[in-house]
Amino acid sequence: MRHWPVVLAVVAALLPFFSPSQYLVNLAMLTVLSALIGQSWNLAGGFGGLTSFGHAVFFGMGAYAAAILQTRFGWSPWLALPASVALGAATGAVIGIAAFRAGLRGSYFALVTLAVAEGCRILANSLEITKGGLGILVPLRPGLANFQFLDRRAMYAVALGLLTAAMLVTWQIARSRFGARLVAARENEDAAAALGVDLVRTKVMLLALSGGMAAPAGVVYAQSYLYVDPSIAFGAERSVEMLLVAMIGGAGTLWGPVLGAVALHLIEDASRALIATPGFAPMVYGFVLLLIIAVLPKGIAGVRRG
Amino acid sequence: MRDLSKSFGGLRAVKAVSFDAPEGGITALIGPNGAGKTTTFAMAAGFIAPDSGTVSFQGTDVTGWRPDRIAALGMVRTFQVTQPFAGLTVMENIRVGAYLRTPDRRAAEAVAREVGTRLGLGAMLDREASALTVAGRKRLEVARALATGPSLLLLDEVMAGLNPSEINEIVAMIRAVRDGGVTILLIEHIMQAVAALADTVHVLADGALIASGTPREIASDRAVIEAYLGRGAADRMARDA
Repeated sequence: MRHWPVVLAVVAALLPFFSPSQYLVNLAMLTVLSALIGQSWNLAGGFGGLTSFGHAVFFGMGAYAAAILQTRFGWSPWLALPASVALGAATGAVIGIAAFRAGLRGSYFALVTLAVAEGCRILANSLEITKGGLGILVPLRPGLANFQFLDRRAMYAVALGLLTAAMLVTWQIARSRFGARLVAARENEDAAAALGVDLVRTKVMLLALSGGMAAPAGVVYAQSYLYVDPSIAFGAERSVEMLLVAMIGGAGTLWGPVLGAVALHLIEDASRALIATPGFAPMVYGFVLLLIIAVLPKGIAGVRRG
Repeated sequence: MRDLSKSFGGLRAVKAVSFDAPEGGITALIGPNGAGKTTTFAMAAGFIAPDSGTVSFQGTDVTGWRPDRIAALGMVRTFQVTQPFAGLTVMENIRVGAYLRTPDRRAAEAVAREVGTRLGLGAMLDREASALTVAGRKRLEVARALATGPSLLLLDEVMAGLNPSEINEIVAMIRAVRDGGVTILLIEHIMQAVAALADTVHVLADGALIASGTPREIASDRAVIEAYLGRGAADRMARDA
Protein backbone atom coordinates (compact mmCIF):
# COMPACT_ATOMS: atom_id res chain seq x y z
CA MET A 1 0.00 0.00 0.00
CA ARG A 2 2.45 2.62 -1.19
CA HIS A 3 -0.31 5.04 -2.01
CA TRP A 4 -2.15 5.17 1.30
CA PRO A 5 -0.81 8.66 2.22
CA VAL A 6 -2.19 10.02 -1.05
CA VAL A 7 -5.58 8.36 -0.48
CA LEU A 8 -5.66 9.70 3.06
CA ALA A 9 -4.77 13.21 1.89
CA VAL A 10 -7.46 13.18 -0.81
CA VAL A 11 -10.12 11.99 1.65
CA ALA A 12 -9.07 14.62 4.21
CA ALA A 13 -9.07 17.32 1.54
CA LEU A 14 -12.63 16.43 0.47
CA LEU A 15 -14.11 16.32 4.00
CA PRO A 16 -14.64 20.10 4.34
CA PHE A 17 -17.05 20.01 1.38
CA PHE A 18 -19.47 18.09 3.61
CA SER A 19 -19.06 20.44 6.54
CA PRO A 20 -21.76 23.00 7.28
CA SER A 21 -19.36 24.96 9.50
CA GLN A 22 -17.88 27.98 7.72
CA TYR A 23 -15.31 28.14 10.49
CA LEU A 24 -14.00 24.66 9.67
CA VAL A 25 -14.01 25.34 5.94
CA ASN A 26 -12.13 28.58 6.53
CA LEU A 27 -9.56 26.73 8.64
CA ALA A 28 -9.19 24.14 5.88
CA MET A 29 -8.73 26.87 3.29
CA LEU A 30 -6.05 28.63 5.31
CA THR A 31 -4.31 25.29 5.78
CA VAL A 32 -4.40 24.60 2.05
CA LEU A 33 -3.07 28.11 1.29
CA SER A 34 -0.25 27.55 3.80
CA ALA A 35 0.60 24.26 2.14
CA LEU A 36 0.60 25.97 -1.26
CA ILE A 37 2.97 28.77 -0.30
CA GLY A 38 4.96 26.30 1.80
CA GLN A 39 5.40 24.14 -1.30
CA SER A 40 6.65 27.21 -3.16
CA TRP A 41 9.28 27.78 -0.47
CA ASN A 42 10.02 24.05 -0.34
CA LEU A 43 10.70 23.89 -4.06
CA ALA A 44 13.32 26.64 -3.83
CA GLY A 45 14.61 26.11 -0.29
CA GLY A 46 14.03 22.41 0.30
CA PHE A 47 14.87 20.90 -3.07
CA GLY A 48 17.18 23.61 -4.39
CA GLY A 49 18.78 24.83 -1.17
CA LEU A 50 17.87 28.45 -1.93
CA THR A 51 17.05 29.44 1.63
CA SER A 52 14.80 32.46 1.35
CA PHE A 53 13.69 34.71 4.19
CA GLY A 54 11.53 36.84 1.95
CA HIS A 55 9.31 34.47 0.02
CA ALA A 56 6.30 36.62 0.95
CA VAL A 57 7.33 38.77 -2.03
CA PHE A 58 5.62 36.34 -4.38
CA PHE A 59 2.49 35.98 -2.27
CA GLY A 60 2.29 39.75 -1.92
CA MET A 61 2.71 40.32 -5.65
CA GLY A 62 -0.25 38.04 -6.26
CA ALA A 63 -2.42 39.71 -3.63
CA TYR A 64 -1.72 43.22 -4.91
CA ALA A 65 -2.05 42.10 -8.54
CA ALA A 66 -5.57 40.84 -7.82
CA ALA A 67 -6.57 43.97 -5.90
CA ILE A 68 -5.07 46.53 -8.27
CA LEU A 69 -6.07 44.87 -11.54
CA GLN A 70 -9.76 44.84 -10.61
CA THR A 71 -10.15 48.05 -8.62
CA ARG A 72 -8.02 50.22 -10.88
CA PHE A 73 -8.15 48.60 -14.30
CA GLY A 74 -11.47 46.81 -14.12
CA TRP A 75 -10.07 43.39 -14.95
CA SER A 76 -11.96 40.27 -14.02
CA PRO A 77 -10.35 38.94 -10.85
CA TRP A 78 -10.15 35.53 -12.55
CA LEU A 79 -7.56 37.00 -14.91
CA ALA A 80 -5.49 37.87 -11.87
CA LEU A 81 -4.70 34.15 -11.46
CA PRO A 82 -2.67 33.71 -14.67
CA ALA A 83 -1.37 37.28 -14.38
CA SER A 84 -0.10 36.57 -10.87
CA VAL A 85 1.67 33.40 -12.01
CA ALA A 86 3.47 35.41 -14.70
CA LEU A 87 4.27 38.23 -12.28
CA GLY A 88 5.54 35.86 -9.59
CA ALA A 89 7.69 33.98 -12.08
CA ALA A 90 9.09 37.21 -13.51
CA THR A 91 9.87 38.51 -10.01
CA GLY A 92 11.60 35.25 -9.15
CA ALA A 93 13.64 35.38 -12.35
CA VAL A 94 14.71 38.99 -11.74
CA ILE A 95 15.74 38.31 -8.13
CA GLY A 96 17.49 35.13 -9.27
CA ILE A 97 19.40 36.77 -12.10
CA ALA A 98 20.55 39.60 -9.85
CA ALA A 99 21.54 37.38 -6.92
CA PHE A 100 23.01 34.36 -8.67
CA ARG A 101 24.95 36.20 -11.34
CA ALA A 102 26.58 38.05 -8.46
CA GLY A 103 27.39 34.65 -6.98
CA LEU A 104 25.29 35.09 -3.84
CA ARG A 105 24.37 31.97 -1.92
CA GLY A 106 23.60 30.70 1.55
CA SER A 107 22.97 33.37 4.14
CA TYR A 108 23.81 36.16 1.67
CA PHE A 109 21.00 35.04 -0.59
CA ALA A 110 18.70 34.76 2.44
CA LEU A 111 19.50 38.35 3.42
CA VAL A 112 18.89 39.61 -0.10
CA THR A 113 15.45 37.99 -0.20
CA LEU A 114 14.67 39.46 3.21
CA ALA A 115 15.71 42.89 1.94
CA VAL A 116 13.64 42.56 -1.23
CA ALA A 117 10.53 41.62 0.76
CA GLU A 118 11.04 44.50 3.19
CA GLY A 119 11.69 46.82 0.26
CA CYS A 120 8.39 45.76 -1.31
CA ARG A 121 6.57 46.29 1.97
CA ILE A 122 7.98 49.81 2.31
CA LEU A 123 7.19 50.60 -1.31
CA ALA A 124 3.63 49.33 -0.93
CA ASN A 125 3.39 51.53 2.17
CA SER A 126 4.32 54.68 0.29
CA LEU A 127 3.13 54.28 -3.29
CA GLU A 128 -0.11 55.75 -4.55
CA ILE A 129 -1.08 52.74 -6.66
CA THR A 130 -1.12 50.47 -3.58
CA LYS A 131 -2.97 53.13 -1.55
CA GLY A 132 -0.07 53.17 0.91
CA GLY A 133 -0.55 51.97 4.44
CA LEU A 134 -4.34 52.16 4.14
CA GLY A 135 -4.34 49.13 1.93
CA ILE A 136 -6.80 48.29 -0.82
CA LEU A 137 -10.41 47.32 -0.16
CA VAL A 138 -11.94 45.10 -2.82
CA PRO A 139 -15.65 45.96 -3.11
CA LEU A 140 -17.95 43.14 -2.05
CA ARG A 141 -19.76 41.83 -5.13
CA PRO A 142 -20.37 38.13 -4.65
CA GLY A 143 -20.77 36.02 -7.75
CA LEU A 144 -18.92 33.49 -9.85
CA ALA A 145 -17.95 36.12 -12.45
CA ASN A 146 -16.39 38.23 -9.70
CA PHE A 147 -14.46 35.39 -8.09
CA GLN A 148 -16.20 36.10 -4.77
CA PHE A 149 -18.26 33.48 -3.00
CA LEU A 150 -20.61 33.67 -0.05
CA ASP A 151 -20.04 29.98 0.59
CA ARG A 152 -16.43 29.50 1.65
CA ARG A 153 -16.42 26.00 0.16
CA ALA A 154 -16.16 27.44 -3.36
CA MET A 155 -12.99 29.35 -2.51
CA TYR A 156 -11.70 26.28 -0.72
CA ALA A 157 -12.16 24.34 -3.98
CA VAL A 158 -10.11 26.94 -5.86
CA ALA A 159 -7.32 26.80 -3.28
CA LEU A 160 -7.39 23.02 -3.35
CA GLY A 161 -7.11 23.06 -7.14
CA LEU A 162 -4.06 25.32 -6.95
CA LEU A 163 -2.43 23.13 -4.30
CA THR A 164 -3.07 20.04 -6.41
CA ALA A 165 -1.41 21.74 -9.38
CA ALA A 166 1.54 22.75 -7.18
CA MET A 167 1.89 19.19 -5.90
CA LEU A 168 1.85 17.79 -9.43
CA VAL A 169 4.43 20.33 -10.61
CA THR A 170 6.69 19.56 -7.65
CA TRP A 171 6.27 15.82 -8.16
CA GLN A 172 7.21 16.10 -11.82
CA ILE A 173 10.20 18.32 -11.04
CA ALA A 174 11.45 15.95 -8.35
CA ARG A 175 11.62 13.09 -10.83
CA SER A 176 13.04 15.07 -13.75
CA ARG A 177 16.54 15.95 -14.88
CA PHE A 178 15.94 19.52 -13.71
CA GLY A 179 15.08 18.20 -10.25
CA ALA A 180 18.19 16.00 -10.09
CA ARG A 181 20.32 18.95 -11.13
CA LEU A 182 18.95 21.34 -8.55
CA VAL A 183 19.40 18.79 -5.77
CA ALA A 184 22.98 18.27 -7.00
CA ALA A 185 23.55 22.03 -6.96
CA ARG A 186 22.13 22.16 -3.41
CA GLU A 187 24.47 19.41 -2.21
CA ASN A 188 27.64 20.65 -3.93
CA GLU A 189 27.82 23.50 -6.43
CA ASP A 190 31.36 22.83 -7.68
CA ALA A 191 30.73 19.15 -8.29
CA ALA A 192 27.47 19.95 -10.07
CA ALA A 193 29.17 22.50 -12.33
CA ALA A 194 31.94 20.01 -13.11
CA LEU A 195 29.28 17.57 -14.30
CA GLY A 196 27.78 20.08 -16.68
CA VAL A 197 25.09 21.75 -14.55
CA ASP A 198 24.58 25.42 -15.47
CA LEU A 199 24.20 26.75 -11.92
CA VAL A 200 22.85 30.23 -12.67
CA ARG A 201 20.30 29.01 -15.21
CA THR A 202 19.13 26.17 -12.96
CA LYS A 203 18.68 28.40 -9.93
CA VAL A 204 17.02 31.25 -11.83
CA MET A 205 14.51 28.81 -13.35
CA LEU A 206 13.88 27.34 -9.93
CA LEU A 207 13.20 30.69 -8.30
CA ALA A 208 10.90 31.65 -11.20
CA LEU A 209 8.91 28.43 -10.79
CA SER A 210 8.73 28.94 -7.05
CA GLY A 211 7.55 32.53 -7.51
CA GLY A 212 4.90 31.50 -9.99
CA MET A 213 3.65 28.90 -7.53
CA ALA A 214 3.20 31.23 -4.55
CA ALA A 215 1.65 34.21 -6.31
CA PRO A 216 -1.85 32.75 -6.97
CA ALA A 217 -2.16 32.08 -3.23
CA GLY A 218 -2.09 35.86 -2.84
CA VAL A 219 -4.95 36.19 -5.34
CA VAL A 220 -7.07 33.67 -3.42
CA TYR A 221 -6.29 35.52 -0.19
CA ALA A 222 -7.32 38.88 -1.66
CA GLN A 223 -10.56 37.43 -3.06
CA SER A 224 -11.39 35.71 0.25
CA TYR A 225 -10.80 38.58 2.63
CA LEU A 226 -11.28 41.44 0.14
CA TYR A 227 -8.52 43.46 1.73
CA VAL A 228 -4.75 43.77 1.14
CA ASP A 229 -2.27 45.92 3.01
CA PRO A 230 1.55 46.02 2.98
CA SER A 231 2.02 43.84 6.08
CA ILE A 232 -0.50 41.22 4.99
CA ALA A 233 1.15 41.02 1.59
CA PHE A 234 4.87 41.37 2.27
CA GLY A 235 5.22 41.05 6.05
CA ALA A 236 8.02 38.95 7.47
CA GLU A 237 5.40 36.83 9.24
CA ARG A 238 4.24 35.45 5.90
CA SER A 239 7.81 34.61 4.88
CA VAL A 240 8.35 32.84 8.19
CA GLU A 241 5.10 30.92 7.76
CA MET A 242 6.24 29.63 4.36
CA LEU A 243 9.60 28.55 5.68
CA LEU A 244 8.17 27.04 8.85
CA VAL A 245 5.53 25.00 7.04
CA ALA A 246 8.19 23.42 4.83
CA MET A 247 10.71 22.86 7.63
CA ILE A 248 8.23 21.40 10.13
CA GLY A 249 6.78 19.10 7.50
CA GLY A 250 10.10 18.10 6.01
CA ALA A 251 12.05 20.32 3.61
CA GLY A 252 12.94 18.73 0.31
CA THR A 253 10.11 16.20 0.43
CA LEU A 254 6.96 16.26 -1.73
CA TRP A 255 4.48 15.95 1.16
CA GLY A 256 6.43 17.98 3.72
CA PRO A 257 4.60 21.29 3.22
CA VAL A 258 1.19 19.59 3.41
CA LEU A 259 2.08 17.83 6.66
CA GLY A 260 3.64 21.01 8.01
CA ALA A 261 0.62 23.15 7.15
CA VAL A 262 -1.80 20.70 8.79
CA ALA A 263 0.38 20.43 11.90
CA LEU A 264 0.85 24.20 12.23
CA HIS A 265 -2.81 25.09 11.84
CA LEU A 266 -3.97 22.30 14.13
CA ILE A 267 -1.55 23.37 16.86
CA GLU A 268 -2.37 27.03 16.43
CA ASP A 269 -6.14 26.58 16.49
CA ALA A 270 -6.13 23.94 19.19
CA SER A 271 -4.06 26.07 21.53
CA ARG A 272 -6.34 29.04 20.83
CA ALA A 273 -9.49 27.00 21.42
CA LEU A 274 -8.28 25.24 24.54
CA ILE A 275 -6.64 28.14 26.34
CA ALA A 276 -8.73 31.16 27.16
CA THR A 277 -6.07 33.23 28.92
CA PRO A 278 -4.98 35.96 26.49
CA GLY A 279 -1.38 35.70 25.29
CA PHE A 280 -1.01 32.17 26.52
CA ALA A 281 -1.95 30.44 23.28
CA PRO A 282 0.92 31.85 21.20
CA MET A 283 3.29 30.73 23.96
CA VAL A 284 2.03 27.15 23.77
CA TYR A 285 2.21 27.37 20.00
CA GLY A 286 5.85 28.47 20.16
CA PHE A 287 6.68 25.78 22.67
CA VAL A 288 5.19 23.01 20.55
CA LEU A 289 7.11 24.32 17.51
CA LEU A 290 10.38 24.22 19.44
CA LEU A 291 9.56 20.70 20.56
CA ILE A 292 8.93 19.54 16.98
CA ILE A 293 12.17 21.09 15.76
CA ALA A 294 14.13 19.52 18.61
CA VAL A 295 12.61 16.04 18.23
CA LEU A 296 12.21 15.97 14.44
CA PRO A 297 15.07 17.91 12.86
CA LYS A 298 14.16 16.49 9.44
CA GLY A 299 10.51 17.38 9.81
CA ILE A 300 7.46 15.16 10.05
CA ALA A 301 8.11 13.55 6.66
CA GLY A 302 11.61 12.68 7.86
CA VAL A 303 10.23 10.23 10.43
CA ARG A 304 9.24 7.61 7.88
CA ARG A 305 12.70 7.58 6.36
CA GLY A 306 14.27 7.10 9.78
CA MET B 1 47.51 24.38 -22.82
CA ARG B 2 49.65 27.31 -23.83
CA ASP B 3 51.47 29.75 -21.54
CA LEU B 4 48.98 29.41 -18.70
CA SER B 5 49.68 31.73 -15.80
CA LYS B 6 47.86 32.52 -12.58
CA SER B 7 48.76 34.58 -9.54
CA PHE B 8 47.04 34.71 -6.18
CA GLY B 9 47.97 38.05 -4.66
CA GLY B 10 51.76 38.18 -4.85
CA LEU B 11 52.14 34.44 -5.30
CA ARG B 12 52.69 33.30 -8.87
CA ALA B 13 51.06 29.89 -8.60
CA VAL B 14 51.42 28.90 -12.23
CA LYS B 15 54.02 30.43 -14.57
CA ALA B 16 53.64 30.12 -18.34
CA VAL B 17 52.87 26.41 -18.36
CA SER B 18 52.39 24.72 -21.75
CA PHE B 19 51.70 21.07 -22.50
CA ASP B 20 49.40 18.74 -24.44
CA ALA B 21 47.33 15.70 -23.57
CA PRO B 22 47.39 13.64 -26.79
CA GLU B 23 44.15 11.93 -27.76
CA GLY B 24 43.82 8.33 -26.61
CA GLY B 25 46.75 8.49 -24.21
CA ILE B 26 47.38 8.92 -20.51
CA THR B 27 49.31 12.06 -19.64
CA ALA B 28 50.44 12.75 -16.09
CA LEU B 29 51.17 16.02 -14.35
CA ILE B 30 53.31 15.51 -11.27
CA GLY B 31 55.14 17.72 -8.84
CA PRO B 32 55.68 18.41 -5.14
CA ASN B 33 52.95 19.88 -2.95
CA GLY B 34 52.10 23.44 -3.87
CA ALA B 35 53.64 23.14 -7.34
CA GLY B 36 50.46 24.43 -8.98
CA LYS B 37 49.04 21.17 -10.31
CA THR B 38 45.50 21.59 -9.05
CA THR B 39 45.48 25.27 -10.07
CA THR B 40 46.48 24.23 -13.59
CA PHE B 41 43.62 21.72 -13.59
CA ALA B 42 41.16 24.24 -12.28
CA MET B 43 42.10 26.61 -15.13
CA ALA B 44 41.75 23.85 -17.72
CA ALA B 45 38.26 22.92 -16.50
CA GLY B 46 37.02 26.50 -16.16
CA PHE B 47 36.93 26.78 -12.37
CA ILE B 48 39.59 29.49 -12.30
CA ALA B 49 40.16 32.03 -15.06
CA PRO B 50 43.86 32.21 -16.04
CA ASP B 51 45.60 35.60 -15.92
CA SER B 52 47.13 34.83 -19.31
CA GLY B 53 47.52 31.95 -21.71
CA THR B 54 45.01 29.76 -23.48
CA VAL B 55 43.34 26.41 -23.01
CA SER B 56 42.18 24.67 -26.17
CA PHE B 57 40.29 21.46 -26.42
CA GLN B 58 39.83 19.60 -29.70
CA GLY B 59 40.65 22.75 -31.61
CA THR B 60 38.26 24.99 -29.66
CA ASP B 61 39.62 27.80 -27.51
CA VAL B 62 37.83 27.25 -24.19
CA THR B 63 39.84 29.75 -22.12
CA GLY B 64 37.59 31.40 -19.55
CA TRP B 65 34.54 29.25 -20.36
CA ARG B 66 32.22 28.19 -17.55
CA PRO B 67 32.82 24.67 -16.15
CA ASP B 68 29.44 23.38 -17.32
CA ARG B 69 30.07 24.48 -20.90
CA ILE B 70 33.49 22.84 -20.89
CA ALA B 71 31.95 19.67 -19.47
CA ALA B 72 29.30 19.73 -22.20
CA LEU B 73 32.08 19.92 -24.78
CA GLY B 74 33.62 16.74 -23.30
CA MET B 75 36.33 17.79 -20.83
CA VAL B 76 35.37 16.77 -17.29
CA ARG B 77 37.35 16.99 -14.06
CA THR B 78 37.27 15.15 -10.74
CA PHE B 79 38.22 16.65 -7.40
CA GLN B 80 41.19 15.83 -5.20
CA VAL B 81 39.03 16.26 -2.12
CA THR B 82 36.07 14.10 -3.11
CA GLN B 83 32.82 16.04 -3.46
CA PRO B 84 29.96 13.53 -3.29
CA PHE B 85 26.34 14.69 -3.23
CA ALA B 86 26.15 13.32 0.29
CA GLY B 87 22.39 12.92 0.76
CA LEU B 88 21.97 11.07 -2.54
CA THR B 89 22.54 7.41 -3.35
CA VAL B 90 25.56 6.33 -5.36
CA MET B 91 23.34 5.74 -8.40
CA GLU B 92 21.76 9.21 -8.06
CA ASN B 93 25.23 10.74 -7.82
CA ILE B 94 26.36 9.11 -11.06
CA ARG B 95 23.01 9.91 -12.72
CA VAL B 96 23.72 13.65 -12.38
CA GLY B 97 26.65 13.08 -14.73
CA ALA B 98 24.61 10.92 -17.10
CA TYR B 99 21.94 13.63 -17.39
CA LEU B 100 24.43 15.72 -19.35
CA ARG B 101 23.77 13.57 -22.42
CA THR B 102 20.10 12.66 -21.97
CA PRO B 103 17.08 14.35 -20.37
CA ASP B 104 15.41 10.95 -19.94
CA ARG B 105 15.35 9.57 -16.41
CA ARG B 106 15.37 5.89 -17.36
CA ALA B 107 18.16 6.32 -19.89
CA ALA B 108 20.26 8.31 -17.40
CA GLU B 109 19.65 5.71 -14.71
CA ALA B 110 20.68 2.90 -17.07
CA VAL B 111 23.92 4.74 -17.90
CA ALA B 112 24.54 5.37 -14.19
CA ARG B 113 24.06 1.70 -13.30
CA GLU B 114 26.23 0.54 -16.18
CA VAL B 115 29.10 2.95 -15.39
CA GLY B 116 28.84 2.31 -11.65
CA THR B 117 28.97 -1.45 -12.12
CA ARG B 118 31.88 -1.14 -14.55
CA LEU B 119 33.86 0.87 -11.98
CA GLY B 120 33.21 -1.64 -9.20
CA LEU B 121 30.43 0.20 -7.36
CA GLY B 122 27.73 -2.32 -8.32
CA ALA B 123 27.00 -3.45 -4.78
CA MET B 124 26.81 0.12 -3.49
CA LEU B 125 24.57 1.69 -6.15
CA ASP B 126 21.52 2.04 -3.90
CA ARG B 127 23.40 3.02 -0.75
CA GLU B 128 23.91 6.61 0.31
CA ALA B 129 27.11 8.12 -1.07
CA SER B 130 28.14 9.11 2.45
CA ALA B 131 28.41 5.39 3.33
CA LEU B 132 31.31 4.89 0.90
CA THR B 133 34.90 4.32 2.00
CA VAL B 134 37.64 6.68 0.80
CA ALA B 135 38.44 4.30 -2.07
CA GLY B 136 34.75 4.08 -2.90
CA ARG B 137 34.45 7.87 -3.00
CA LYS B 138 37.38 8.09 -5.38
CA ARG B 139 35.66 5.57 -7.64
CA LEU B 140 32.45 7.57 -7.40
CA GLU B 141 34.30 10.73 -8.50
CA VAL B 142 35.53 8.92 -11.60
CA ALA B 143 32.18 7.21 -12.25
CA ARG B 144 30.26 10.50 -12.11
CA ALA B 145 32.69 12.15 -14.49
CA LEU B 146 32.70 9.14 -16.81
CA ALA B 147 28.89 9.07 -16.93
CA THR B 148 28.96 12.45 -18.70
CA GLY B 149 30.49 10.67 -21.69
CA PRO B 150 33.70 12.73 -21.76
CA SER B 151 36.42 12.54 -24.37
CA LEU B 152 39.00 13.95 -21.93
CA LEU B 153 38.98 13.10 -18.24
CA LEU B 154 40.97 15.21 -15.77
CA LEU B 155 41.72 13.08 -12.70
CA ASP B 156 42.96 15.01 -9.67
CA GLU B 157 44.86 12.66 -7.32
CA VAL B 158 42.41 9.79 -7.46
CA MET B 159 44.94 7.58 -5.68
CA ALA B 160 45.80 9.82 -2.75
CA GLY B 161 44.94 8.23 0.58
CA LEU B 162 44.51 4.71 -0.80
CA ASN B 163 46.43 1.59 0.26
CA PRO B 164 48.65 -0.30 -2.25
CA SER B 165 46.06 -2.92 -3.20
CA GLU B 166 43.42 -0.23 -3.71
CA ILE B 167 45.91 1.69 -5.86
CA ASN B 168 46.46 -1.37 -8.05
CA GLU B 169 42.71 -1.67 -8.55
CA ILE B 170 42.37 2.00 -9.46
CA VAL B 171 45.31 1.76 -11.89
CA ALA B 172 43.58 -1.13 -13.63
CA MET B 173 40.33 0.85 -13.65
CA ILE B 174 41.99 3.90 -15.24
CA ARG B 175 43.59 1.70 -17.91
CA ALA B 176 40.20 0.21 -18.68
CA VAL B 177 38.72 3.72 -19.00
CA ARG B 178 41.51 4.69 -21.41
CA ASP B 179 40.95 1.49 -23.40
CA GLY B 180 37.32 2.57 -23.64
CA GLY B 181 38.48 5.52 -25.74
CA VAL B 182 38.74 8.29 -23.15
CA THR B 183 41.85 10.45 -23.12
CA ILE B 184 43.20 10.92 -19.61
CA LEU B 185 45.15 13.69 -17.95
CA LEU B 186 45.97 12.95 -14.34
CA ILE B 187 47.59 14.70 -11.44
CA GLU B 188 49.37 12.36 -9.13
CA HIS B 189 51.73 12.26 -6.23
CA ILE B 190 52.46 8.57 -6.27
CA MET B 191 55.37 8.02 -8.64
CA GLN B 192 54.89 4.24 -8.83
CA ALA B 193 51.34 4.63 -10.09
CA VAL B 194 52.34 7.25 -12.63
CA ALA B 195 55.14 5.01 -13.94
CA ALA B 196 52.62 2.20 -14.39
CA LEU B 197 50.11 4.34 -16.24
CA ALA B 198 51.37 7.37 -18.08
CA ASP B 199 52.75 7.62 -21.60
CA THR B 200 54.10 11.10 -20.95
CA VAL B 201 54.89 12.84 -17.68
CA HIS B 202 55.16 16.59 -17.13
CA VAL B 203 56.77 17.82 -13.95
CA LEU B 204 55.67 21.02 -12.30
CA ALA B 205 57.70 22.71 -9.55
CA ASP B 206 57.02 26.16 -8.08
CA GLY B 207 54.48 26.80 -10.80
CA ALA B 208 56.84 26.15 -13.73
CA LEU B 209 57.21 23.14 -15.98
CA ILE B 210 60.71 21.76 -15.32
CA ALA B 211 60.73 18.49 -17.25
CA SER B 212 58.72 16.41 -19.71
CA GLY B 213 59.27 12.89 -20.93
CA THR B 214 58.47 9.22 -20.46
CA PRO B 215 58.21 8.01 -16.83
CA ARG B 216 61.66 6.41 -17.17
CA GLU B 217 63.30 9.63 -18.40
CA ILE B 218 61.63 11.64 -15.66
CA ALA B 219 62.77 9.29 -12.89
CA SER B 220 66.42 10.00 -13.71
CA ASP B 221 66.03 13.71 -14.49
CA ARG B 222 68.31 15.92 -12.37
CA ALA B 223 65.94 18.83 -12.07
CA VAL B 224 63.09 16.54 -11.03
CA ILE B 225 65.09 14.79 -8.33
CA GLU B 226 66.18 18.15 -6.92
CA ALA B 227 62.66 19.49 -6.98
CA TYR B 228 61.39 16.53 -5.00
CA LEU B 229 64.31 15.85 -2.69
CA GLY B 230 66.07 19.19 -2.38
CA ARG B 231 69.09 20.94 -3.86
CA GLY B 232 72.14 18.71 -4.21
CA ALA B 233 70.14 15.50 -3.98
CA ALA B 234 70.95 14.48 -7.53
CA ASP B 235 74.68 14.73 -6.87
CA ARG B 236 74.44 12.77 -3.65
CA MET B 237 72.45 10.04 -5.37
CA ALA B 238 75.01 9.88 -8.18
CA ARG B 239 77.85 9.60 -5.64
CA ASP B 240 76.07 6.91 -3.62
CA ALA B 241 75.35 4.86 -6.71
